[in-house]
Amino acid sequence: MRATVIARDEVLHVARLARLALSEDELEPMARELSAVLEHVARIGELDLSEVPPTSHVVEVSGALRADEPRPCLPRELALAQAPAVSDEGFLVPSPQA
Amino acid sequence: MLELSARAAAEAIDTGALSAAELFEAYRARAAADRDAGEDGLNCFTWVAEEAPQEHAGGALGGVPLAVKDLFCTEGVPSQSGSRILEGYLPPYTASVVARLRAAGAPLLAKTNQDEFAMGSSNENSAFGAVRNPWDRGRVPGGSSGGSAAAVAAGLAPWALGTDTGGSIRQPAALCGIVGLKPTYGAVSRYGMIAFASSLDQAGPLTRDVADAALLLGQMVGRDRCDATSLEFPHPILAPSAERLDGITLGVPAELTGEGIEAGVLSAFQAALARAQELGAQLAEVQLPHAPHALSAYYVLAPAEASSNLARFDGVRYGLRAESAEDLLDMYTRTRHDGFGPEVKRRIMLGTYALSSGYYDAYYGRAQRVRTKIAEDFRSAFEAVDLIVTPTAPTVAFRLGEKTGDPLAMYLNDYCTVPMSLAGIPAISIPCGHSEGLPVGLQIAGPAFSENRILEAAHALEQSIDFDGAPARV
Repeated sequence: MRATVIARDEVLHVARLARLALSEDELEPMARELSAVLEHVARIGELDLSEVPPTSHVVEVSGALRADEPRPCLPRELALAQAPAVSDEGFLVPSPQA
Repeated sequence: MLELSARAAAEAIDTGALSAAELFEAYRARAAADRDAGEDGLNCFTWVAEEAPQEHAGGALGGVPLAVKDLFCTEGVPSQSGSRILEGYLPPYTASVVARLRAAGAPLLAKTNQDEFAMGSSNENSAFGAVRNPWDRGRVPGGSSGGSAAAVAAGLAPWALGTDTGGSIRQPAALCGIVGLKPTYGAVSRYGMIAFASSLDQAGPLTRDVADAALLLGQMVGRDRCDATSLEFPHPILAPSAERLDGITLGVPAELTGEGIEAGVLSAFQAALARAQELGAQLAEVQLPHAPHALSAYYVLAPAEASSNLARFDGVRYGLRAESAEDLLDMYTRTRHDGFGPEVKRRIMLGTYALSSGYYDAYYGRAQRVRTKIAEDFRSAFEAVDLIVTPTAPTVAFRLGEKTGDPLAMYLNDYCTVPMSLAGIPAISIPCGHSEGLPVGLQIAGPAFSENRILEAAHALEQSIDFDGAPARV
């Protein structure tokens, strides 16, 4: 792993992936702060982990399946109650290609 | 009645010496006064109940009211996770653990302020303003469960619920001079907790003493059909009564008890170790060779999970939506720009980067392997010792604004608490003394499901240390 100093272009690329708009004056601080954290984090690159399996869940869970019993779901009006905009009993959003 | 521990108050209600409604109203009035005080208060609360519940439920918790961290969904009550993007959000259902505690006799008193989406160690990242430390209003209470910790320390709530992802219960408990316990991962249902990092998040109690923590935890644990990672706790949580530590071996890891820990904190920690020996405990050095890498692994794994969890905040189904967007993508990106604070944006960016094509193996994959090594370190250590002790936080409560300009310095607050989070093991923080007139926390960790052992040891030390929390009471 290289000790990355994340560049401005890369910040913009990651922001696009994250669906996050960043204003012009947020870009430089973001690049600087991410670089500082990534440099610290890069220390795990020093460890030999080639034989080590990854851990995604710490506690052994077996038989986590439950019986498939039908249960009532959230009523439509409750599910829609907190939406910023609704129409025809659905969530209203701007057109994908306005 | 405000001086009583929650357990003592529950007993007094049970015998008829105290009215549950009067107790609720006394705390409700104090919490409301803090809310209404604005800048002059501690800013512990984001919502306070208007009135006492109509009926006294009784139950094991006796009717003693509970303050709940903002990120727990509570039906019809604002649940905003400290974020502008969820301002005014009223969930259609209640988190399992809150429902369970209400049924056991702990009615909802208030919702507590927190770092936005539980990301922070100072409670300065809340969209609803910083919380102040009741020991010194110019200092932070710790975070992210800072409102819960400050409220309990100040006597504005008898007890509180928090959540801990990398130290968010234990560190604020330490900085505010109270007790905070992070249970074994899976012990408590996460259903209805607004998620930060799902493989690490765990709810736990913040209380005035160890017996209260045991009482509350006992009603929190257990499998929930709505959370497939929740587990049946293998035995009941018992009221702790130990006054000695005979036959107990405490492991002291060099990696977490030396470099990077403030001198005053270390000396309070050493004094607590000497006290443990007087109580009959044996001390033994243990090695946690990968613990120094825990912080690095954590600040890859937690942001990675957060970047995925927070994808749901897009302005479609709830919360904020940016006005007059050109199209759907514009609406998403501007809503998220306007709704998230700087630290949340930083973590989303960090996590998205670590998961992005070309970097996944170098960051996320490696961090998962470090996590395996850390869990192995603890397993080996617990073959030789019963419990592991460290300072909870490397410093006492720091000044408001002192670390906000340097994210990495802020992250170092979690140095001693993150290893246990990655291993999924339980740990408690209890006040063990002072440095610069501010409380210092002692962390006691044990193997998975050893909560009773931890609580007994914490109780014995608490009785002996006899920490005075009175200076923090408002």
